[in-house]
Amino acid sequence: MTTVFIGVCSHGPGITGRAARAEPGIRDEFYRHFGKMREAIEGARPDALVIVAAEHFANFFMNSMPAFAMGMAAYYEGPIEDEKWLAIQRTRIPGNADLSRRLIGSIMSEVDLAYAEEWKFDHGIMVPLHFLTPRYDVPVIPVNINCQGPPLTPLARAWAFGEALRRACDEVPERIAVVATGGISHWPCTPDSGKINEAWDREFLRRWTQNDRAALVSYTDDETYRDAGQGGFEIRTFVAAAAAAKGAKGEVWFYAPIPIFAVGCTIGAMHINSGEGL
Amino acid sequence: MSLYYTQKFLYQLNRDPLAQRRFRDDLDGLLSEYDLTEEERAAIKSRDVGLLYVFGVNGQILMHYAALLGLEWNEYLDAMRQGVARHGPVRAGLYAMTGK
Repeated sequence: MTTVFIGVCSHGPGITGRAARAEPGIRDEFYRHFGKMREAIEGARPDALVIVAAEHFANFFMNSMPAFAMGMAAYYEGPIEDEKWLAIQRTRIPGNADLSRRLIGSIMSEVDLAYAEEWKFDHGIMVPLHFLTPRYDVPVIPVNINCQGPPLTPLARAWAFGEALRRACDEVPERIAVVATGGISHWPCTPDSGKINEAWDREFLRRWTQNDRAALVSYTDDETYRDAGQGGFEIRTFVAAAAAAKGAKGEVWFYAPIPIFAVGCTIGAMHINSGEGL
Repeated sequence: MSLYYTQKFLYQLNRDPLAQRRFRDDLDGLLSEYDLTEEERAAIKSRDVGLLYVFGVNGQILMHYAALLGLEWNEYLDAMRQGVARHGPVRAGLYAMTGK
């Protein structure tokens, strides 16, 4: 059992880039829970952090859009965005190509997976890393689930990927932390930015904490688009994290709609009960 | 409409420093490599974020592009609103304004 942590968090670019515009009390409480997650990860002493992301056209485009992709590089770089806009400096982030290769080879026996020996991180990965591994001293292995270019990766396949990821992580000797990052309901990058369906979010998170597979994969894309916006498609990452927890229940450490961050800001973890770390 | 190539141009621009240099120094040459309509070419050359939004450019691509152009957050949101006011509803894609 070498999966030492499984958690979820938000990644909206406003979380860093528009920090000064948020109400300080709720913002700082959110950041404090990012700090709690950083401490939990540090306490779990991971050799690598697998970050299951929903990227936003930093690497993958509709000329060749994989349902799943995983990084297999010695290093990555990011953010692609303007550094001042995101308030995160461009940097190089260590990877672990050998570990990637073993994980990818294992996952491929169950889920078709593209691999990538170069990968530029956008806010979807850089914002979580900014809080969770701020010294960029933990090797990162990025994963992407297609939440942007329809046809999107089906939720049931995101679940299957999460299961395969967990099995693969448990097969290797390295200690691996998994963080999945996405929004729940939100309407980012539109004039409706800041709109959040809190009731929908809380029901989704209830299903997530219960690790209820049937309920988690039951959302149709039409329903999600109607009730949770195009940003809601990113629930795929949360679904993968739930599957990776192999039936363990989850806990939401923090949830609050913060409109200037354009998302219901969420931090949570699965009680994977590895006997270590958490 | 060649929305696909408009988005592809912006995708490459957002992620590639060389494309960003050419965007500044050789925009016509760069644009000639993409199968764009005159309307799309003009929207890009005039940095018309609102019209690109109305075309249906994926919002994430457009947000990164607006950041590259140096648009302040409210300017960027206003540009999209003005695009809809001038040109009508978003014509394609997933990022239409709900108005709610």
